[in-house]
Amino acid sequence: MAKRDYDGPILEIENLSISFFTRMREIPAVMDFSTVVQPGEAMGLVGESGCGKSTVALGVMQDLGVNGRIVGGSIKFKGRDLNDMTPEELRDIRGSEIAMIYQEPMASLNPAMRVGRQLMEVPMIHEGVSEKEAQARARQVVEDVKLPDPERILKAYPHQLSGGQQQRIVIAMALMANPSLLILDEPTTALDVTVEAAIVELVKDLGKKYGTSMLFISHNLGLVLETCDRICVMYSGEAVETGSIEDVFDKMRHPYTQALFRSIPLPGADKNSRPLKAIPGNFPLPHERPPGCNFGPRCDYFQDGRCNAQEIPMVGIEGDDRHDTRCLRVAEIDWDAPVQAEKTHEKGGFGKTVLKMDDLKKYYEVAANALFGGEKKVVKANEAISFEARESETMAIVGESGCGKSTFAKVLMGLETATDGQILLDNREIQDIAIEDRDTKTVSSVQMVFQNPFDTLNPSMTVGRQIMRALEIFGMGASEAERRDKMLELLDLVKLPRAFADRMPRQLSGGQKQRVGIARAFAGDARIVVADEPVSALDVSVQAAVTDLLMEIQRTNKTTLLFISHDLSIVRYLSDRIVVMYLGHIVETGTTDQVFSPPYHPYTEALLSAVPIADTHVEKRRIVLEGDIPSAMNPPSGCPFQTRCRWKSKVPGNKCETELPPMRDLGDGHRTLCWLDEAQMDEMEPVIKIAAE
Amino acid sequence: MFLFILRRAGVMALTALCMTFIVFLLTNLQPNLEKLAKTQAGSRITDAEVQSWLERNGYAEPILSRYGQWLGVLPGALTLAEDGTPESGRCIRGTTVDSVDEVPRFCGVLQGDWGYSTKFKVPVSEIIGERLARTGLLMFWAFATMVPLALIIGVLAGMREGSATDRTLSTFSIASTSTPEYVSGVIFVVVFASSMVGLRWFTGSAKSAVDGITFENFTLPVATIALYGMGYIARMTRASMAEVMTAQYIRTARLKGVSFRNIVLRHALRNALIAPFTVIMLQFPWLLTGVVIVEALFVYPGFGNALVEGAQNNDIDLLLAVSVVAVVVVLITQLISDIGYAFLNPRIRVT
Repeated sequence: MAKRDYDGPILEIENLSISFFTRMREIPAVMDFSTVVQPGEAMGLVGESGCGKSTVALGVMQDLGVNGRIVGGSIKFKGRDLNDMTPEELRDIRGSEIAMIYQEPMASLNPAMRVGRQLMEVPMIHEGVSEKEAQARARQVVEDVKLPDPERILKAYPHQLSGGQQQRIVIAMALMANPSLLILDEPTTALDVTVEAAIVELVKDLGKKYGTSMLFISHNLGLVLETCDRICVMYSGEAVETGSIEDVFDKMRHPYTQALFRSIPLPGADKNSRPLKAIPGNFPLPHERPPGCNFGPRCDYFQDGRCNAQEIPMVGIEGDDRHDTRCLRVAEIDWDAPVQAEKTHEKGGFGKTVLKMDDLKKYYEVAANALFGGEKKVVKANEAISFEARESETMAIVGESGCGKSTFAKVLMGLETATDGQILLDNREIQDIAIEDRDTKTVSSVQMVFQNPFDTLNPSMTVGRQIMRALEIFGMGASEAERRDKMLELLDLVKLPRAFADRMPRQLSGGQKQRVGIARAFAGDARIVVADEPVSALDVSVQAAVTDLLMEIQRTNKTTLLFISHDLSIVRYLSDRIVVMYLGHIVETGTTDQVFSPPYHPYTEALLSAVPIADTHVEKRRIVLEGDIPSAMNPPSGCPFQTRCRWKSKVPGNKCETELPPMRDLGDGHRTLCWLDEAQMDEMEPVIKIAAE
Repeated sequence: MFLFILRRAGVMALTALCMTFIVFLLTNLQPNLEKLAKTQAGSRITDAEVQSWLERNGYAEPILSRYGQWLGVLPGALTLAEDGTPESGRCIRGTTVDSVDEVPRFCGVLQGDWGYSTKFKVPVSEIIGERLARTGLLMFWAFATMVPLALIIGVLAGMREGSATDRTLSTFSIASTSTPEYVSGVIFVVVFASSMVGLRWFTGSAKSAVDGITFENFTLPVATIALYGMGYIARMTRASMAEVMTAQYIRTARLKGVSFRNIVLRHALRNALIAPFTVIMLQFPWLLTGVVIVEALFVYPGFGNALVEGAQNNDIDLLLAVSVVAVVVVLITQLISDIGYAFLNPRIRVT
């Protein structure tokens, strides 16, 4: 099919409403949504889960499934209404004019079809080209997305590629027909930060090269700032604010946008002097939306009888380019009023050393063949881990997937025993004692808050019962009645209403479940709490509240918190000291300020550069890492990071490739695993600069 | 790949050895042997005579030695008469020989000698060969009807889950798989082969099929077997297909403009066949032994029939041979199943 030339906007969505129909009722997912995407423009669609942003994308694709239906409005692509098209016409447009990139690359590639075939299919369907030409085109595009060894990649099956490579293939597939509009639905959420940075860079370059318009869906404001020209913020099925990136980021005119920015940890936020401001309340369920403004019940500027009395229309902001907001009180609110910090805290001192790790090693043996043995391979999950953590200190452990941070937590918890080295808890060695052999006191004093609150609560036991069960195991309370009292106190501690004791986990939201998880972890007066990505499964507006809660309990209980995360923004906000891990090694450790400012370990430098920051005043140096993280089964010789290090050439000889660098002390407990000498270290410039306002 | 098959063949041989020994042990239990002696030498013989009969025929030796002889790795037992001519022994059952030199030293499975059937009075290998060929023919036609039909039904039902086609075909599959063969077989005979309904399209007995199969005499037994197995495979295929159709990569294909027909044929089919393939391969051994009912119903002297006869008449060698063949068939189908699975599913690759 010949592509239509069209001068107007690529995509015009007007008053779009989409509903899902269940047996019970109609559930509106998107209401009165309008947006325009001009040629070559990148539009960011931002919101929390359930706000309808993915539904908009599927609506554009006209692929809403059996239950979904467009109940109002129009979606015009190059001037033609997609709603009126026949299935044949739609099929012509899909893949050739509008292409989509998905959240999970592994799931969106056919596992039983070679990558090359899947790519070749696109031009073969839409342009009827020969197999040979399609193959040549596929090769070209695979080179465009910067994949090494295109011939091999084309012949590979999806499972033979890494996550980053798979996402590049999905991008290549979208670009095969040179579409006019590219829809990216959370394209990097399933990937590691350094891989994410490389993918984002690629998408931006390709967008420029091919002049493609983009609809970029994400929950990450920083990512949208880096990739898009315009932004549309959605809340509960409605667009609440839309405009250019600069306008929305610097002159936001909707209370939700403002609250969202105040709840994410930007540079400058600090847990003691400038704490985050969580959005109160919960996201409304689609069938329980309030009358009037959907954000009303959670809004600081809410006026009864006005905000909840009428439908709120989108209004333009004078003086700005296409900057609209859905707020009645836009002219009355003083948008530049400084944030009123809820309360500030004195920076507390740290107590004595509670936990000491000394040269901890954990190796796994993996047989090459399960049935017949064969040669055994050793996976070095943790290599020479040494650090100390003091009372009421927050220690962050940072690294990408496969760096050994979870293994380390398992060994500490006693789910695995150490291969070598020591773990001292209050000067007692616990590295060889598995959890079932630990005494009650040890078990209750080292506890964990898990990543996914949805899976870690027993679905058939009430919340109260689960906490009481933990109390029972930890030997707290002499009788059932005493334990019940203690449980209710714990609910108070995590700020859940006491009535929740009799609720089932399914009746709770994600944030509330995580609070129950926290209550359970602190039930036995834990001295050390390992929090494994405790907020990464939660929505942004809930994250702040849960983080603050953790901090507050820590302050009162003087707990040592080991905070495992890949999110450097939140780590910077709440941790006192940081351990950066790569392929089982600690590559850098020091206080938060030491780690976040030069001299860096080359990996830390790349990691800092990779994290998207939702602040227009921040200037960042771009450092994109090439390639993937090496497999722990087959680690590189010498320095673990040498395969991707940009500083490698500065080290004389090929020491990086042959010898493991020593752990060097840069003063004040700031240590790094690197061969670079001091002069080179001093040359390093800061990755993040905050421009003067 | 070659190494993989070689290794699997080794494991198979080992499994077969263990299995045959167990079967050998069970069929050669002392009461069985005594019963055999009585059927062979007369039912009124005394215990002492039974003992001497067993000794003369080599049944009194230790079980391992007898198993070795049956396998053909130990020389066959032989009793000589007083004049030096061979009187009895495992290598001369069913034949008469005049001198010791004519008697082969080894006569076990490895030499191709499966023993002698006391019921049919012929070497077991003859019966097995003949019966296996007959049942093989029946199974071939049953599979040739059952598998394609079941896959078509499953795919059609699963590609649009919840549609009218899906409900109709699913109802049919459930009905067919929940009707036992002895019910559907009888219904078929009554409807299509009796004067009661009067259709008389086919013959109710497959006895004439021994001399050559025709559409008339073979359709009903084939249909009976196929109908039962079909519902089961169709259900599995449908479930697998329905799941694949909701997968994200199917959405990817749809949103890159692939037509529905090609989505089903190129993207979904191969993925949807992975699960039912194992089920299909498991039907082989099940059919081989489960065919008994159909063979009895349609009077078709096949493999299942041999099994029943062997068991009823304490025909040790026949029973043993039938069991061994069944074991070997199971092992071979499992090997084929594993290789085919690796072929269908690129995520499982043998190294």
